[in-house]
Amino acid sequence: MRLVVDLNRCQGYAQCAFLAPDVFTMHGEESLLYDPEALDEHREDVARAVAACPVGAILVEAATSDARAARTARVPVSGGAW
Amino acid sequence: MSGDGTLEHLRRDGRIVVVGASLAGLRAAETMREKGFAGSLTMIGDEPYEPYDRPPLSKQVLLGKATAEHTALPRRREIDAEWRLGVPATGLDMAARRVRLGNGDEVEYDRLLIATGVRARPWPNEEEGALGGVFVLRTRDDGAALERALSAGPRRVLVIGAGFTGSEIASACRERGLPVTVAERGAAPLVGALGGVIGEVAAGMHRENGVDLRTGVMVTGLEGDPSGRVRAAHLSDGETIEADVVVVSLGAQRNTEWLSGSGLGAGPRGIACDAGCRAFDVRGIVTDDIFVAGDVARSPHALFGYQFLSLEHWGNAVAQAETAAHNMLSESVDRLPHLWVPGFWSSQFGVNIKSVGVPPMGTEIMITQGSRDERRFAAVYGYQGRVIAAVTFDNCRWLPFYQRQIETGAPFPVPFETVDRRPEGHKPMSADFPDPSVPTHGPTITLSGYSPADRKMTFIPAHH
Repeated sequence: MRLVVDLNRCQGYAQCAFLAPDVFTMHGEESLLYDPEALDEHREDVARAVAACPVGAILVEAATSDARAARTARVPVSGGAW
Repeated sequence: MSGDGTLEHLRRDGRIVVVGASLAGLRAAETMREKGFAGSLTMIGDEPYEPYDRPPLSKQVLLGKATAEHTALPRRREIDAEWRLGVPATGLDMAARRVRLGNGDEVEYDRLLIATGVRARPWPNEEEGALGGVFVLRTRDDGAALERALSAGPRRVLVIGAGFTGSEIASACRERGLPVTVAERGAAPLVGALGGVIGEVAAGMHRENGVDLRTGVMVTGLEGDPSGRVRAAHLSDGETIEADVVVVSLGAQRNTEWLSGSGLGAGPRGIACDAGCRAFDVRGIVTDDIFVAGDVARSPHALFGYQFLSLEHWGNAVAQAETAAHNMLSESVDRLPHLWVPGFWSSQFGVNIKSVGVPPMGTEIMITQGSRDERRFAAVYGYQGRVIAAVTFDNCRWLPFYQRQIETGAPFPVPFETVDRRPEGHKPMSADFPDPSVPTHGPTITLSGYSPADRKMTFIPAHH
C-alpha cells in the first residue's frame, strides 16, 4: 500500500502516529517519518489515520478498481485536497 | 485556436508526451486524465523506475526505516499511459513536434510537457568522483547505495556541502552513531537558503549533535587508496580528513542539456516559461504547445516582483504540474497562472524546519516568536518594507498565518504583537545572506532575474 504525506500541509498533530504507529512515527516534536510502502496488514489503521488527519495531508493509493470506477464517475479518488 | 474545434480534437484524440517521469510528470498526467483528456499519453523517464518520492531518500531511507526500493508514489488515479522508462530524451524538434530518445526512437506530440527536473551536481574531478565510497544523493539508486554504505559501519563519513540534503545526511549519520564531518564553503549550514542568522542556529544543531562541522572551507581534493576506494579528503585550510564514505552534496544541476540547439529557451538555470507554464523559445517568444513544470522550470511570480523563480520544492512540482496540465487542455482565456507560494520542509537533528515565501529575497529578519536558543521559533524575512518569507523551527502551525502575511504584502517590520515574543524579537536585524554572486551549495530557490541587484548572465548565441 503506497502512501505519501504532503509535509508542507502536515502540522505535526500526530494523529496518524497514534492510530497507525507501525506506519507513521514522530521524529522529534514535530517531524513525521512514515513508511512510503506500508504493509497491507496496516490498511485499516492507515485508513483511520487518513480520516483523522486534521489537515488532510495523507494520500493513500486507491485500489485499482476504485480508480477505474472513479475515472468513469469523474470524481477524485483519494479525497486528498492538495 | 479558440472555437475552431482544435482543442476539442486535442482532448479527444490528441497526443500528449510528458518528458520526466517523476513527481511533476505523474501529477500532471493524473490531472490531464481527471480533466477528461482521452487521447494518448506517453511518459518518458530516464530512470528505469515508475515515479517515486525523493524526500524520504535523505530521511527515512538513510535511517533504515524505509527502503529506497519502496518509495513509489501513490497514484491518485489510473493514467492509462504508455511508459517509456529507462530511456532518456535526447533531443527535441520543435518544428516537427518530435522528441528523440536515447535508443533512436522518436515520439510525436501535439502537446509536450517537460518535467525533467534536476540531478545531483557531481564532484568536479571525475576521477576522484569515481572512487569507491564517493556518493551523491538524488535518485533511488543513490539512496540505496548510500544506505548500504552507512550500514557497513564506515569509520567516518564526510559530507561536502551543508545545504538541506547535506544537513539531513549528516543528521542521519549521527542518529546511526557514525562519526561525520561536514565541510561547507559558506559561513554556516543552510546559509544560502535561509541566511546567516538562521545558519548560525543550524550550525549549533550540527555541533550539539556531534557533527564535526567545518565552515569557510572547501574540499580541494579526494584521495584514494591503491584499491580505488576513497580514504581521505584535503581541505583548503590545509587539513586532511580521513573518511571512507564521502557524500558530495553540492546542490543540483538542471536537466536541460537534451534541449540544446532545439530553439527552446533552456539553459543551466532551467527552462523559462510564462506564468501559465508555457515555455519560451530562445527568441523570448512563448510557445503554444510546450509546457514546463517542476524543478526544471523558471517562471515569473507576481508576489515576488515578477522575478523568475526556480523552485526545487516538492510542493511546487505538484502545484505547477496541475496548472500546466490544466493549461495544456484549456483555451487561452481559461488558463490559470501558477501562483503557488513557495514552501518547503526539512527534518534534521530531530527539528522540523519549514518555510514559506522566498527567504533569499529578504534583507532583514525578525524572530517574531520563540527563541533561537531553544530551537523553537518563527522568523519573518523583510524586503523593501514588506513581509517576503518566514521560517519556523518546530513551530510550523504558525506558518499559514505568515503565509497570509506574505500573500497580502503585509508591512515589515511586523507592526503587530505575536504570541511568545522574546526580547530578541523586537528589532529586525540583517538576514545576512551571502553575496549572491558567490555560489552557495544549497539554495532551494534560485532568483534568476530581473532584480537589478542580480548578477546578469551573458547571452552568447550558439554557433551551429
